[in-house]
Amino acid sequence: MKIGLFIPCYVNQLYPKAAIATLELLQKLGAEVSYPSKQTCCGQPMANSGYEHLTQSCNDLFVENFSGFDYIVAPSASCVLHVKDHLHSHTDEAAATDIRGRIYELVEFLTDVLKIEKLDAHFPHKVGVHQSCHGLRGLHLAQMSELVSQDFSKPKKLLGMVSGLELTELDRVDECCGFGGLFCIAEEAVSVKMGKDRITDHTKNGAEYITSPDLSCLMHMEGIMHRNKSKVKIIHIAEILNSSSIKA
Amino acid sequence: MKSTLDHAALAEEFNKDEERVDWHDGSLWWIRQKRDRAANQTPQWEELREAASAIKSNVISNLHDYLIQFEENLKKNGVKVYWASDAEEHNQIVYSILKEKEITQMVKSKSMLTEECHLNEYLEDRGIEVINSDLGEYIQQIDNEPPSHIVLPCIHKRKEEIGELFHEHLGTEKGLSDPTLLTRVARKHLNNVFLTRRAALTGVNFAVAETGEYVVCTNEGNADMGAHLSEVQIASMGLEKIIPERKHLGVFLRLLARSAIGQPITIYSSHYKKPRIGQEMHLILVDKGRSDLLARPDFRDSLKCIKCGACMNTCPVYRKSGGLSYHNTISGPIGAILAPNLDMKQHADLPFASTLCGSCTNVCPVKIPIHDQLYKWRQEIVKLGYSANRKTFSMKAMALTLSSPEIYKTAGKTGRWLLNNAPFAINNKFNPWYKQRDMPDSTQESFGEWYAKNGSKK
Repeated sequence: MKIGLFIPCYVNQLYPKAAIATLELLQKLGAEVSYPSKQTCCGQPMANSGYEHLTQSCNDLFVENFSGFDYIVAPSASCVLHVKDHLHSHTDEAAATDIRGRIYELVEFLTDVLKIEKLDAHFPHKVGVHQSCHGLRGLHLAQMSELVSQDFSKPKKLLGMVSGLELTELDRVDECCGFGGLFCIAEEAVSVKMGKDRITDHTKNGAEYITSPDLSCLMHMEGIMHRNKSKVKIIHIAEILNSSSIKA
Repeated sequence: MKSTLDHAALAEEFNKDEERVDWHDGSLWWIRQKRDRAANQTPQWEELREAASAIKSNVISNLHDYLIQFEENLKKNGVKVYWASDAEEHNQIVYSILKEKEITQMVKSKSMLTEECHLNEYLEDRGIEVINSDLGEYIQQIDNEPPSHIVLPCIHKRKEEIGELFHEHLGTEKGLSDPTLLTRVARKHLNNVFLTRRAALTGVNFAVAETGEYVVCTNEGNADMGAHLSEVQIASMGLEKIIPERKHLGVFLRLLARSAIGQPITIYSSHYKKPRIGQEMHLILVDKGRSDLLARPDFRDSLKCIKCGACMNTCPVYRKSGGLSYHNTISGPIGAILAPNLDMKQHADLPFASTLCGSCTNVCPVKIPIHDQLYKWRQEIVKLGYSANRKTFSMKAMALTLSSPEIYKTAGKTGRWLLNNAPFAINNKFNPWYKQRDMPDSTQESFGEWYAKNGSKK
């Protein structure tokens, strides 16, 4: 099984630890992973700002980098959703269509493709899960609170396999954190208020860490927590799932 | 209220009083929770939404035929029918009906359409007094402010503020803020209005093509009080309010109040069909941009809206910015997709007042893909040039950087170098991120650089 590792631009630059954890975790689970070195970004920042028409060269580069893999896996639900919904090519639409069907966010790849039932991971902390909206309402990684349907959660299923980890609850299980791409700049006041309220929900329910399949949400909340000198930390879900049981 | 400020600026203003934001957010979240409970207690809730959406798809696809059928049946029932293409025409029609009867005072139940048409101001300029009889709208009228929410017009006002308004305008004692007592005072004033007005205007929730009747849903019975006591009854409706058959009410009435406020059904779901002896009934069918919307394939599904307000209650941006920040009669996510159709330039900011979280789409009882439409409106607005030049410039620069692996690597390195060595270049007051947030701790090397060194060893 050949996997192309897609590390979104801001993860590559700002959160290399999460990317390394993703790579190591996939390798630990027996996958053959390679990282196409000429990758940059999925184009979402432009598209969500109304400039989808400027994303063609990003798309072409993406197709060039990620053609020929059995699966493409990324530690970012939002970027994966963007590729699934919007990757097109003027020159090779067949290749773009193929990629849209082969790209997975890490959590769903572990639960739906590798179908893992146990993990050798240890993380003795209280952890709150932040459901990223794109992971939740776009990729359906868990049941959505608005819909009348069966309860399930792919991230919680995986975290349940980690020894020592205690999941904390939330009063509002899946409210948006307010990051929203350039929304966090253009609507700074509302964005920060939304982030603060999510953090308060986690802290009052006793979380030591906030985790998520999306680092963009976590980066936003980390920025607010750091400014307010909060002791609560953020951690990408890959880093928890990859945490060694020996070190602990 | 005409405002030159955009949503972000008005929202920033709203957020200066954090305690108030928390209160506003909490009130609306409580309603969202009530909606969730009601949905979960209703068998086949998701199937009901699907059915409602399908019925409305049929309506939108055959609107012309249903409207003609509705008009024929209205006439058979003895109702006078008018067609208005815009607000001006609508307002003229209402005025001419009243003028003919020499009526100078009218009572009006809740109607977002007449709010959009600024009917009250139009009539007042011509010497006709209009009183809104929905309690929330009555309060907003006293305060000379537009509604902040389509179902809960004064949800942004605290009971103490309403008490203050009543003290000033209705002569209640100072400091009175008990909701029951305040409601009694309003009711007393309104009862006198109902008894003395010869004309009553209502909105329309559902217009049944098959029978020519229309249904008005209220909790206060104010539409009925006005209509039953009037000699001239006028109804204003947008073209999209049609449903094909009476039996379809079984779908929509189950969804409307549950989605709106978590109540099984509105207290009054009144069917109006024929004038009483000695009474006149008039119905105005208003286009006001609806047929333009019908001609936009990407956006026409927004004509399915039954104005329940569920998307507002669930929207974290709405809850934390307040309805008036949308500077449009219809606020929140649904307002943000309806407004650009009417005036794209004036409402160019609204589709960006969202994180695209998608919660609105999930609560919508007629399954309008609201967040997809927000995304699509953004593309339209930019393509038609209603986006700031500064933003276009930075987007082009970003596109250039991200389409070249070499420039991207250099830019990433530069950014990280700055964070390490000259953080003030990024962390300064010109960067809105930094105002209330820190940047992530800087890393020496990117994953790409790490992989180039260590990847092969793995």
